[in-house]
Amino acid sequence: MTGNLTLALTIGVLYTVGTYLLLQRTLTRVVIGLGLLAHGANLLLLQAGGPAGGVPFSTKDGGGTVGVDGGTADPLPQAMVLTAIVITFGVTAFLLALAYRSWVLTGEDEVQDDVEDRRVARLSHEHHEAPRPVRPEDEL
Amino acid sequence: MVRVLLPLPVVLPLFTAALSILVARHQKVQRAMSVLTLLAVLASAGMLLHIADTDGTAVVQLGGWAAPAGISLVADRLSALLLLVSSAVLLAVLLYAIGQGVADGRRSTLAVFHPCYLVLAAGISMAFLTGDLFNLFVAFEVMLVASYVLLTLDGGKAQVRAGMTYVVVSLLSSTLFVTVVGFVYAATGTVNLADAADRMADLPAGVRLALGLTLLVVFGIKAAIFPLFSWLPDSYPTAPSPVTAVFAGLLTKVGVYAIIRTQTLLFPGDEAIAAVLLVLAVLTMVVGILGALVQDDLKRLLSFTIVSHIGYMLLGLGLYSAAGLAGAILYTVHHIVVQTTLFLVAGLMERREGTSSIARGGGLQRVAPLLGVLYLLPALSLAGIPPLSGFLAKLGLMQAGLADGGALAATAVGAAVLTSLLTLYAMGRVWSEVFWGPVAEVVPDADATDRIDVGTERTPRLMLGATVLAVIGGLAITLIAGPLYALSARAADDLVDRSTYVDAVLVAEEDR
Repeated sequence: MTGNLTLALTIGVLYTVGTYLLLQRTLTRVVIGLGLLAHGANLLLLQAGGPAGGVPFSTKDGGGTVGVDGGTADPLPQAMVLTAIVITFGVTAFLLALAYRSWVLTGEDEVQDDVEDRRVARLSHEHHEAPRPVRPEDEL
Repeated sequence: MVRVLLPLPVVLPLFTAALSILVARHQKVQRAMSVLTLLAVLASAGMLLHIADTDGTAVVQLGGWAAPAGISLVADRLSALLLLVSSAVLLAVLLYAIGQGVADGRRSTLAVFHPCYLVLAAGISMAFLTGDLFNLFVAFEVMLVASYVLLTLDGGKAQVRAGMTYVVVSLLSSTLFVTVVGFVYAATGTVNLADAADRMADLPAGVRLALGLTLLVVFGIKAAIFPLFSWLPDSYPTAPSPVTAVFAGLLTKVGVYAIIRTQTLLFPGDEAIAAVLLVLAVLTMVVGILGALVQDDLKRLLSFTIVSHIGYMLLGLGLYSAAGLAGAILYTVHHIVVQTTLFLVAGLMERREGTSSIARGGGLQRVAPLLGVLYLLPALSLAGIPPLSGFLAKLGLMQAGLADGGALAATAVGAAVLTSLLTLYAMGRVWSEVFWGPVAEVVPDADATDRIDVGTERTPRLMLGATVLAVIGGLAITLIAGPLYALSARAADDLVDRSTYVDAVLVAEEDR
């Protein structure tokens, strides 16, 4: 199977930038990062279908095998990509609404700490703040 | 007959969900529609199981397109069995939710609840029935989108924070899923599971291993296996009790089903993956239950037991023997029912006590002895006390593990025994703190997740009835354990001998 180098590089860049943004603490960046990752995945799915074919309704060289020059492109990955795009669109819209709701409620755009993380942090804080127990040698 | 019966569990709930939005103002109509729909799904699931067990795997090619090009719906013994159990659980939880909704009278959120719940049911059914990798992705998305809405239904601070984690993690795993679908298509030129099973054998071993492990990561996030589980105990407990119950029972099990289906069908007997699965099983069991031991919130504690017990199912799969798979299937059935029941009981306890904190409870056994019975039966079953269903399922797994003879399998069996004991300790701790001791004064929780009339004597009959039904369902598994294990063993044989599934999908009806 032959691939398209420009497409491959674009996919790589989208995955890299998406992953970087996903690791940020700001919700907006996380949402954008997920969007880029999803675009990368969709392009990858498209790339998996092989090279682009000729025009579907062409009088000149209609027919031929799928994916071979002159034939039409493989339609299955394109159908799958369309489905994936719609799904990502819907979920991203929901995520944005959720991020807005979070901003309305807390007034900040940052991901809140995990409940467990906060508990551990509080424990370690208390542990350090607590006065050192009096040892026998202190009294001497 | 099969042509109508097989798509029904997917199409009917989706259709009713649409109608349900239209009649949002008439709550009684909505409720009746949901209950009738799930009853119909339950009946069709029962018939599908009967057909799959007597006449062999049932297949429908959607739209009349033959297998590799079109989308196939497949009901073999495993998927039909899980479909039957999950629709029964969905129905019981729906009754519980209706009971709670009637008692609390929250009109606005309830209007959205029923359509979302039906979409969730459709997604779960589709995930069990589909025979196509990309359609499995769509099924997961249908199920997850409904679950996002259900989780954040209240829209409070805690729900939004938990919802954010849940949605971002799920979306990341979905993106990874699309990526793997792309890889599988590029490598094999098909997304039909049966077709891919045939072609996967021709791939270089390295490519096959990479695909197998990536699929394991994708479904591992949904199934909450170690080390991909941390989102679960953080998000599930914030949802209303019935929602948490159905998530706990079903969503992770759909992930487990997807792992079992893809690993047995596409990468049969791959020794590297089997070893990875066994190691992950041990870590999931032990780390999960250690997390449960230190929790004070009952719902968080139960969430950690979900994680821990997913390990048992992985153990059965990792052995990759007919006996191991049979044990894993029986364990999945048992765990769906028991874990859901425990969350339903936890909801009733929170209602009574005004809090889900274990330390603040006490003396519940004197005030509400029935709740004690309802808690104790599934709790002991989860810990694996004979003769309850958990014991039988664990026994099956451990016998299969020891029969395997390997050092890794023996270690995993040891970890399974340890996890059982620790589960018993965790369940016993809840019992001694909440049910024994002096009667604690009811102080309503500041951030109760259910916004309920806490600490009242008023437990709606329907909620109690649904919980009793679920507990009886768990006991019924014990009673019919013999035939059920025989059925699981037959389903496991189908998984090991892949030709049953592949032939059913790929060989056209008239040629058979």
